[in-house]
Amino acid sequence: MSDRDLSHQFETLEQQALASSLGIWVFLATEVLFFGGLFLLYTVYRIKYPAAFMESSKLMDIKLGVINTAILLTSSLTMALAVHSAEEGEKKQATLRWLFLTMFLGIVFLGIKGIEYHHKFVEHLVPGPDFVLESINQQQAQIFFGLYFAMTGLHALHMIIGLGVLSVMGGMTWMGKFTKAYSNPIHVAGLYWHFVDVLWIFLFPLLYLIGNR
Amino acid sequence: MRISTPIKTYLNVYIGLLALLAATVGAVYVNLGPWNIVITMAIACTKAFLVVTFFMHLRANARAVWIYASLGVIWISFLIGGTLADVLTR
Repeated sequence: MSDRDLSHQFETLEQQALASSLGIWVFLATEVLFFGGLFLLYTVYRIKYPAAFMESSKLMDIKLGVINTAILLTSSLTMALAVHSAEEGEKKQATLRWLFLTMFLGIVFLGIKGIEYHHKFVEHLVPGPDFVLESINQQQAQIFFGLYFAMTGLHALHMIIGLGVLSVMGGMTWMGKFTKAYSNPIHVAGLYWHFVDVLWIFLFPLLYLIGNR
Repeated sequence: MRISTPIKTYLNVYIGLLALLAATVGAVYVNLGPWNIVITMAIACTKAFLVVTFFMHLRANARAVWIYASLGVIWISFLIGGTLADVLTR
Protein backbone atom coordinates (compact mmCIF):
# COMPACT_ATOMS: atom_id res chain seq x y z
CA MET A 1 0.00 0.00 0.00
CA SER A 2 1.39 3.34 -0.99
CA ASP A 3 0.37 6.69 0.43
CA ARG A 4 0.34 8.48 -2.89
CA ASP A 5 -2.84 6.55 -3.90
CA LEU A 6 -4.73 7.17 -0.66
CA SER A 7 -6.79 10.35 -0.39
CA HIS A 8 -6.54 11.89 3.08
CA GLN A 9 -10.22 11.39 3.99
CA PHE A 10 -9.90 7.59 3.88
CA GLU A 11 -8.39 5.23 6.45
CA THR A 12 -7.40 2.46 4.06
CA LEU A 13 -7.24 1.73 0.34
CA GLU A 14 -10.03 -0.82 0.81
CA GLN A 15 -12.30 1.83 2.27
CA GLN A 16 -11.42 4.16 -0.59
CA ALA A 17 -12.18 1.45 -3.16
CA LEU A 18 -15.55 0.74 -1.53
CA ALA A 19 -16.41 4.45 -1.56
CA SER A 20 -15.65 4.78 -5.28
CA SER A 21 -17.64 1.62 -6.07
CA LEU A 22 -20.59 2.89 -4.07
CA GLY A 23 -20.30 6.30 -5.74
CA ILE A 24 -20.50 4.98 -9.30
CA TRP A 25 -23.40 2.64 -8.43
CA VAL A 26 -25.34 5.58 -6.94
CA PHE A 27 -24.66 7.46 -10.17
CA LEU A 28 -25.80 4.49 -12.27
CA ALA A 29 -29.02 4.30 -10.21
CA THR A 30 -29.71 7.95 -11.10
CA GLU A 31 -28.99 7.06 -14.74
CA VAL A 32 -31.70 4.39 -14.53
CA LEU A 33 -34.10 7.11 -13.36
CA PHE A 34 -32.90 9.39 -16.16
CA PHE A 35 -33.58 6.82 -18.90
CA GLY A 36 -36.60 5.49 -16.98
CA GLY A 37 -38.76 8.38 -18.18
CA LEU A 38 -38.09 7.53 -21.82
CA PHE A 39 -38.70 3.83 -21.24
CA LEU A 40 -41.99 4.72 -19.55
CA LEU A 41 -43.03 6.95 -22.46
CA TYR A 42 -42.14 4.15 -24.86
CA THR A 43 -44.16 1.58 -22.87
CA VAL A 44 -47.28 3.73 -22.70
CA TYR A 45 -47.28 4.60 -26.42
CA ARG A 46 -46.42 1.04 -27.38
CA ILE A 47 -49.56 -0.11 -25.49
CA LYS A 48 -51.61 2.69 -27.04
CA TYR A 49 -50.48 2.22 -30.66
CA PRO A 50 -49.25 -1.39 -30.94
CA ALA A 51 -49.82 -1.69 -34.71
CA ALA A 52 -47.99 1.53 -35.64
CA PHE A 53 -45.07 0.61 -33.37
CA MET A 54 -44.72 -2.86 -34.85
CA GLU A 55 -44.92 -1.59 -38.44
CA SER A 56 -42.47 1.23 -37.73
CA SER A 57 -40.06 -1.16 -36.04
CA LYS A 58 -39.93 -3.19 -39.26
CA LEU A 59 -38.44 -0.14 -40.99
CA MET A 60 -35.37 -0.32 -38.75
CA ASP A 61 -32.23 -1.69 -40.38
CA ILE A 62 -32.01 -4.96 -38.48
CA LYS A 63 -28.65 -5.89 -40.04
CA LEU A 64 -26.93 -2.73 -38.82
CA GLY A 65 -28.71 -3.11 -35.47
CA VAL A 66 -27.35 -6.62 -34.98
CA ILE A 67 -23.83 -5.58 -36.06
CA ASN A 68 -23.91 -2.65 -33.64
CA THR A 69 -25.15 -4.82 -30.77
CA ALA A 70 -22.35 -7.32 -31.42
CA ILE A 71 -19.82 -4.46 -31.54
CA LEU A 72 -21.03 -3.06 -28.23
CA LEU A 73 -21.01 -6.48 -26.54
CA THR A 74 -17.46 -6.99 -27.82
CA SER A 75 -16.44 -3.58 -26.46
CA SER A 76 -17.76 -4.65 -23.06
CA LEU A 77 -15.51 -7.71 -23.23
CA THR A 78 -12.44 -5.63 -24.16
CA MET A 79 -13.33 -3.14 -21.42
CA ALA A 80 -13.51 -5.96 -18.86
CA LEU A 81 -10.12 -7.17 -20.10
CA ALA A 82 -8.64 -3.65 -19.79
CA VAL A 83 -9.83 -3.40 -16.18
CA HIS A 84 -8.59 -6.93 -15.52
CA SER A 85 -5.19 -6.07 -16.96
CA ALA A 86 -4.90 -2.90 -14.83
CA GLU A 87 -6.07 -4.65 -11.65
CA GLU A 88 -3.64 -7.50 -12.12
CA GLY A 89 -0.83 -4.99 -12.47
CA GLU A 90 0.07 -6.14 -15.97
CA LYS A 91 2.26 -4.08 -18.30
CA LYS A 92 0.65 -0.76 -19.18
CA GLN A 93 0.91 -1.62 -22.89
CA ALA A 94 -1.51 -4.51 -22.32
CA THR A 95 -4.04 -2.26 -20.56
CA LEU A 96 -3.64 0.43 -23.21
CA ARG A 97 -4.18 -2.08 -26.01
CA TRP A 98 -7.54 -3.18 -24.54
CA LEU A 99 -8.55 0.43 -23.86
CA PHE A 100 -7.79 1.49 -27.44
CA LEU A 101 -9.68 -1.50 -28.80
CA THR A 102 -12.68 -0.59 -26.62
CA MET A 103 -12.59 3.02 -27.82
CA PHE A 104 -12.18 1.92 -31.43
CA LEU A 105 -15.27 -0.31 -31.14
CA GLY A 106 -17.17 2.56 -29.51
CA ILE A 107 -16.28 4.86 -32.42
CA VAL A 108 -17.33 2.23 -34.97
CA PHE A 109 -20.66 1.89 -33.12
CA LEU A 110 -21.23 5.65 -33.35
CA GLY A 111 -20.23 5.64 -37.03
CA ILE A 112 -22.79 2.94 -37.85
CA LYS A 113 -25.37 4.80 -35.78
CA GLY A 114 -24.61 7.89 -37.89
CA ILE A 115 -25.13 5.90 -41.10
CA GLU A 116 -28.48 4.70 -39.76
CA TYR A 117 -29.51 8.26 -38.89
CA HIS A 118 -28.50 9.35 -42.39
CA HIS A 119 -30.68 6.61 -43.94
CA LYS A 120 -33.62 7.74 -41.82
CA PHE A 121 -33.19 11.32 -43.05
CA VAL A 122 -32.99 10.16 -46.68
CA GLU A 123 -36.09 7.96 -46.20
CA HIS A 124 -38.06 10.87 -44.66
CA LEU A 125 -38.48 8.99 -41.40
CA VAL A 126 -37.45 11.88 -39.18
CA PRO A 127 -40.45 13.31 -37.29
CA GLY A 128 -41.44 16.74 -38.56
CA PRO A 129 -42.91 18.36 -41.68
CA ASP A 130 -40.89 16.12 -44.04
CA PHE A 131 -42.08 12.87 -42.46
CA VAL A 132 -43.53 10.64 -45.18
CA LEU A 133 -44.83 7.18 -44.50
CA GLU A 134 -47.66 5.50 -46.38
CA SER A 135 -49.87 2.78 -44.94
CA ILE A 136 -49.19 3.52 -41.26
CA ASN A 137 -50.88 6.17 -39.15
CA GLN A 138 -48.47 9.07 -39.68
CA GLN A 139 -48.80 10.66 -36.27
CA GLN A 140 -48.45 7.40 -34.38
CA ALA A 141 -45.42 6.38 -36.47
CA GLN A 142 -43.82 9.75 -35.77
CA ILE A 143 -44.11 9.05 -32.05
CA PHE A 144 -42.16 5.85 -32.60
CA PHE A 145 -39.45 7.58 -34.61
CA GLY A 146 -39.35 10.47 -32.15
CA LEU A 147 -38.69 7.98 -29.36
CA TYR A 148 -36.15 6.19 -31.56
CA PHE A 149 -34.11 9.37 -32.04
CA ALA A 150 -34.49 10.50 -28.42
CA MET A 151 -33.48 7.15 -26.92
CA THR A 152 -30.65 6.25 -29.30
CA GLY A 153 -29.48 9.89 -29.29
CA LEU A 154 -29.26 9.99 -25.51
CA HIS A 155 -27.50 6.62 -25.61
CA ALA A 156 -25.04 7.91 -28.22
CA LEU A 157 -24.35 10.94 -26.01
CA HIS A 158 -23.47 8.55 -23.21
CA MET A 159 -21.13 6.69 -25.57
CA ILE A 160 -19.38 9.97 -26.47
CA ILE A 161 -18.96 10.80 -22.77
CA GLY A 162 -17.69 7.25 -22.24
CA LEU A 163 -15.09 7.76 -24.98
CA GLY A 164 -13.93 10.91 -23.18
CA VAL A 165 -13.67 9.02 -19.89
CA LEU A 166 -11.73 6.21 -21.55
CA SER A 167 -9.29 8.72 -23.09
CA VAL A 168 -8.56 10.00 -19.58
CA MET A 169 -8.09 6.39 -18.43
CA GLY A 170 -5.66 5.88 -21.33
CA GLY A 171 -3.67 8.89 -20.15
CA MET A 172 -3.62 7.66 -16.55
CA THR A 173 -2.55 4.20 -17.68
CA TRP A 174 0.19 5.73 -19.83
CA MET A 175 1.46 7.71 -16.81
CA GLY A 176 1.58 4.50 -14.81
CA LYS A 177 -1.06 5.53 -12.26
CA PHE A 178 -2.57 2.07 -11.94
CA THR A 179 -0.98 -0.65 -9.85
CA LYS A 180 -2.12 -3.90 -8.34
CA ALA A 181 -3.03 -1.99 -5.17
CA TYR A 182 -4.78 0.93 -6.85
CA SER A 183 -7.01 0.86 -9.92
CA ASN A 184 -10.25 2.52 -8.78
CA PRO A 185 -10.62 5.02 -11.66
CA ILE A 186 -10.41 2.45 -14.45
CA HIS A 187 -12.68 0.11 -12.47
CA VAL A 188 -15.29 2.89 -12.18
CA ALA A 189 -14.90 3.84 -15.86
CA GLY A 190 -15.48 0.18 -16.74
CA LEU A 191 -18.72 0.09 -14.73
CA TYR A 192 -19.98 3.14 -16.63
CA TRP A 193 -19.10 1.60 -19.99
CA HIS A 194 -20.85 -1.68 -19.13
CA PHE A 195 -23.92 0.25 -17.98
CA VAL A 196 -24.15 2.00 -21.35
CA ASP A 197 -23.95 -1.47 -22.91
CA VAL A 198 -26.84 -2.67 -20.69
CA LEU A 199 -28.94 0.30 -21.86
CA TRP A 200 -28.38 -0.75 -25.47
CA ILE A 201 -29.29 -4.35 -24.59
CA PHE A 202 -32.80 -3.03 -23.84
CA LEU A 203 -32.99 -0.36 -26.55
CA PHE A 204 -32.10 -2.77 -29.34
CA PRO A 205 -35.03 -5.22 -28.95
CA LEU A 206 -37.54 -2.47 -28.08
CA LEU A 207 -36.73 -0.48 -31.22
CA TYR A 208 -35.58 -3.08 -33.77
CA LEU A 209 -37.24 -6.36 -32.83
CA ILE A 210 -40.87 -5.72 -31.88
CA GLY A 211 -42.35 -6.40 -35.34
CA ASN A 212 -42.36 -9.85 -36.91
CA ARG A 213 -40.48 -9.98 -40.19
CA MET B 1 -13.50 -3.57 -4.85
CA ARG B 2 -11.04 -5.75 -6.65
CA ILE B 3 -12.41 -9.04 -7.87
CA SER B 4 -10.21 -11.49 -9.67
CA THR B 5 -12.18 -13.19 -12.42
CA PRO B 6 -10.41 -15.63 -14.75
CA ILE B 7 -10.26 -14.42 -18.35
CA LYS B 8 -11.97 -17.64 -19.41
CA THR B 9 -15.10 -16.57 -17.52
CA TYR B 10 -15.20 -13.30 -19.45
CA LEU B 11 -14.86 -15.16 -22.75
CA ASN B 12 -17.62 -17.64 -21.82
CA VAL B 13 -19.96 -14.79 -20.85
CA TYR B 14 -19.16 -13.06 -24.14
CA ILE B 15 -19.96 -16.18 -26.16
CA GLY B 16 -23.18 -16.53 -24.16
CA LEU B 17 -24.12 -12.92 -24.95
CA LEU B 18 -23.55 -13.44 -28.69
CA ALA B 19 -25.59 -16.67 -28.61
CA LEU B 20 -28.47 -14.80 -26.92
CA LEU B 21 -28.20 -12.05 -29.54
CA ALA B 22 -28.53 -14.67 -32.29
CA ALA B 23 -31.52 -16.22 -30.47
CA THR B 24 -33.36 -12.94 -30.03
CA VAL B 25 -32.86 -11.95 -33.68
CA GLY B 26 -33.92 -15.44 -34.83
CA ALA B 27 -37.13 -15.15 -32.80
CA VAL B 28 -38.19 -12.12 -34.87
CA TYR B 29 -38.66 -14.38 -37.89
CA VAL B 30 -40.97 -16.78 -36.04
CA ASN B 31 -44.50 -15.62 -35.35
CA LEU B 32 -45.46 -16.59 -31.81
CA GLY B 33 -48.13 -13.94 -31.36
CA PRO B 34 -47.98 -12.23 -27.96
CA TRP B 35 -45.16 -14.56 -26.88
CA ASN B 36 -42.68 -12.76 -29.16
CA ILE B 37 -42.37 -9.73 -26.91
CA VAL B 38 -42.19 -11.95 -23.80
CA ILE B 39 -39.31 -13.99 -25.24
CA THR B 40 -37.53 -10.89 -26.55
CA MET B 41 -37.67 -9.14 -23.18
CA ALA B 42 -36.71 -12.32 -21.28
CA ILE B 43 -33.59 -12.61 -23.46
CA ALA B 44 -32.78 -8.90 -22.95
CA CYS B 45 -33.08 -9.35 -19.16
CA THR B 46 -30.83 -12.42 -19.29
CA LYS B 47 -28.20 -10.49 -21.27
CA ALA B 48 -28.37 -7.57 -18.83
CA PHE B 49 -28.08 -10.02 -15.92
CA LEU B 50 -24.94 -11.56 -17.46
CA VAL B 51 -23.29 -8.17 -17.97
CA VAL B 52 -24.19 -6.89 -14.50
CA THR B 53 -23.15 -10.12 -12.77
CA PHE B 54 -19.93 -10.97 -14.58
CA PHE B 55 -18.62 -7.79 -16.23
CA MET B 56 -19.77 -5.46 -13.44
CA HIS B 57 -19.15 -7.93 -10.58
CA LEU B 58 -22.28 -6.88 -8.71
CA ARG B 59 -22.38 -10.04 -6.58
CA ALA B 60 -18.93 -9.52 -5.11
CA ASN B 61 -19.73 -5.97 -3.97
CA ALA B 62 -20.65 -4.74 -0.50
CA ARG B 63 -24.27 -4.74 0.69
CA ALA B 64 -24.44 -0.94 0.39
CA VAL B 65 -23.73 -1.25 -3.33
CA TRP B 66 -26.48 -3.85 -3.68
CA ILE B 67 -28.99 -1.45 -2.15
CA TYR B 68 -28.29 1.23 -4.73
CA ALA B 69 -28.22 -1.19 -7.63
CA SER B 70 -31.63 -2.59 -6.55
CA LEU B 71 -33.03 0.90 -5.97
CA GLY B 72 -32.63 1.67 -9.67
CA VAL B 73 -34.61 -1.45 -10.59
CA ILE B 74 -37.24 -0.90 -7.88
CA TRP B 75 -37.76 2.72 -8.94
CA ILE B 76 -38.28 1.89 -12.61
CA SER B 77 -40.76 -0.89 -11.67
CA PHE B 78 -42.74 1.60 -9.57
CA LEU B 79 -42.60 4.18 -12.35
CA ILE B 80 -43.81 1.83 -15.09
CA GLY B 81 -46.04 -0.32 -12.86
CA GLY B 82 -47.75 2.67 -11.28
CA THR B 83 -48.34 4.39 -14.60
CA LEU B 84 -49.68 1.23 -16.24
CA ALA B 85 -52.10 0.76 -13.36
CA ASP B 86 -53.62 4.01 -14.59
CA VAL B 87 -53.20 3.65 -18.36
CA LEU B 88 -54.47 0.06 -18.56
CA THR B 89 -57.59 0.66 -16.45
CA ARG B 90 -58.94 3.77 -18.15
